[in-house]
Amino acid sequence: MINYIYLAIILPLAGFLINGLFGRKIKSELIIGLIGSLTVGFSFIISLLAFVETISLPVNQRSNVVELFTWLSVAGLNIKFGYLVDQLSLTMSLIVTGVGFLIHVYSIGYMHGDKGFWKFFAYLNLFIFAMMNLVLGDNFVVLFLGWEGVGLCSYLLIGFWYDKKFEKSTTADAAKKAFIVNRIGDFGFLLGMFLIYYTFDSLNFNEVFSKAQTLSISEATYSFIALFLFIGATGKSAQIPLYVWLPDAMAGPTPVSALIHAATMVTAGVYMVSRASILFASAPVVMLIVAIIGVFTALFAATIGLVQNDIKKILAYSTISQLGYMFLAAGVGAFSASIFHVMTHAFFKALLFLGAGSVIHSMHEEQNIQNYGGLKKYMPKTYLTFLIAALAISGFPGLSGFFSKDEILWYSFINGGFVLWLVGAFTAMLTAFYIFRLFSLTFLGQERFDHHKIHPHESPSVMTIPLIILAVLSVIGGYVGIPEVFSGENGNLFESWLAPIYEPAERLLLMHSETYSHTLEIILMFVSVVLALSAIYFAIHVYTKNRTIAENLSNNFKKLYNLLLNKYYVDEIYDAAIVNPIKIGSEKVLWKFTDAFIIDGIVNGVARIIGLVSGFIRKIQTGVAQFYALVIVAGIALILFWVILSIN
Amino acid sequence: MSSIPIEYYLILSAFMFIVGVTGVLIRRNAIVVFMCIELMLNSANLALVTFSSYIGNPIGQVFVFFVMTVAAAEAAVGLAIIIAIFRNKLTVNIDEINIFKW
Repeated sequence: MINYIYLAIILPLAGFLINGLFGRKIKSELIIGLIGSLTVGFSFIISLLAFVETISLPVNQRSNVVELFTWLSVAGLNIKFGYLVDQLSLTMSLIVTGVGFLIHVYSIGYMHGDKGFWKFFAYLNLFIFAMMNLVLGDNFVVLFLGWEGVGLCSYLLIGFWYDKKFEKSTTADAAKKAFIVNRIGDFGFLLGMFLIYYTFDSLNFNEVFSKAQTLSISEATYSFIALFLFIGATGKSAQIPLYVWLPDAMAGPTPVSALIHAATMVTAGVYMVSRASILFASAPVVMLIVAIIGVFTALFAATIGLVQNDIKKILAYSTISQLGYMFLAAGVGAFSASIFHVMTHAFFKALLFLGAGSVIHSMHEEQNIQNYGGLKKYMPKTYLTFLIAALAISGFPGLSGFFSKDEILWYSFINGGFVLWLVGAFTAMLTAFYIFRLFSLTFLGQERFDHHKIHPHESPSVMTIPLIILAVLSVIGGYVGIPEVFSGENGNLFESWLAPIYEPAERLLLMHSETYSHTLEIILMFVSVVLALSAIYFAIHVYTKNRTIAENLSNNFKKLYNLLLNKYYVDEIYDAAIVNPIKIGSEKVLWKFTDAFIIDGIVNGVARIIGLVSGFIRKIQTGVAQFYALVIVAGIALILFWVILSIN
Repeated sequence: MSSIPIEYYLILSAFMFIVGVTGVLIRRNAIVVFMCIELMLNSANLALVTFSSYIGNPIGQVFVFFVMTVAAAEAAVGLAIIIAIFRNKLTVNIDEINIFKW
């Protein structure tokens, strides 16, 4: 099936074309939904078969290239449309199509009755198509194609309800914000690609990475390449300073948030860093920057998440925070832990988003958690699955998030040092707190909604079944990556599966210092579990029984509370520092002065001068034929006169 | 032919041409202007015949027939235009016909 991997990419494209071109005529939501979901479902099956085939191969043959055709061949640049089927890309494509399929199915229920139903499914399929190109491409250009493709689709999907009111303006503005901020990151990514081509004379992954191991290239070059690539990753994966688009991107329909902002697109940056691990490993300084930015983003976003009231906003900041963890892992050289967290995060965060969607659906588009409460008895399935996801993200022992997060914390301790671990562990505690604040305010405690207007109800099974599947995955998903300390001989399955990909990078980094004992690992694990559990307990206690504590806290630390509530005023700072100067500069300097005054002045001035001159000249044109004749005769006479004179 | 020198013909031709030009420039009646144009054409014909005979080459006389044909066609079209203008403006005074003015 490896050689037919392109089918997994073409099928969603076919779904996009069918729904996009004929969706309006098909009308039946069921057929449109089935086309949209099944194409992705088949894509998943193909990826799964390719995975099974790959896993049956000997370890050194598990990386296969499927070349389709030559895309560009100009001068020295030769770019093939090829797909690299290896452990990393298969893992990613399984996540993308698997979770993507569930979200498609869920969307059939969620988008029921929407006038753009067919359009929505067409966009979703196009998104999966782009994402599959991103993860499977065997060179930077195909990756970039997918990279831009998901950017476009996120724009289309965030702005899906383009005229719906959202905060200060409409969702279309949120879509634009996502698109523009991502462009900034893409600029960095492009620079990185140019530098790679300049240095290695190729953009093909295998060539670049093998040359990176053999050629001797200065560390500065590596640093610049890695830095530029990382700037691209900060845009796509919403890291400081380019994270501001993600919270606003919650303007789109909830399944979009689940698909784009949990399972797929935002992890593209992590995937890319992980794919280019050898380039990053060759630039230790940038690795440190990645780790610091990652952990700082994790902390920063988690603190904002503590006080938000919009259910999707909290999850959005939570996503940013979890992405920070992934970069922390990549930064300390634990690339497989980073991808492991991508996977588990895809399960529980998609579940959280879809659960939130289910709640929003049932609460008639109400998104403020202060207006929920006590939904437990109305929506038992959503409640239970949401609880599992919340426990998973908090790092409850035995659930998927526990394994992946703990691996990251462990590696950040042994490779990055105590401070990184401490910040990471503290963030984990905050995560547990804000997610259970959200959980308690939504499902537990007193009912705070208006019973006359709102009648909460459980969502249809087309929505709850994906929730249940994701809940199962959130529980068992972590067991592929049980840390060595528990599994003993077998070691970490996930890590050994991905190990060949990172082997060159890890050789450079000289990881796995054996000096650290398993006892220490268990102690650290114990500390983070205790932190998480106490945060969970505290959150539930405060937000169900004793809300005065929360109120007192927010009153006593009014300034801090407002700072967090207003998201550190980052958007305002951006507005003041970047957006407004550009706006004013564009309006006053570029438009009013340069364009309206100088350019228009020149153009209109020339026209006016010609107009003035011709105004005089046109007086000559009297319309009297005889005057014209006289001029002609006089002219002839003059010419004759001149001819005769010149003869003599 | 030999008794009358060629200059006489040419002077007559030049005189007719000048009368024609003057008529075109000063007369106001479109039809008269038109006749003056015919006069200029005929002065040219006279010069053609004169030179043709003088050189002993008949081509010049053949040209005269062409000129006459063209003049006849032009007269037909021109008169048609003048009649059309008259029908619209009830005048053929070319001072009043300045519709090509800006």
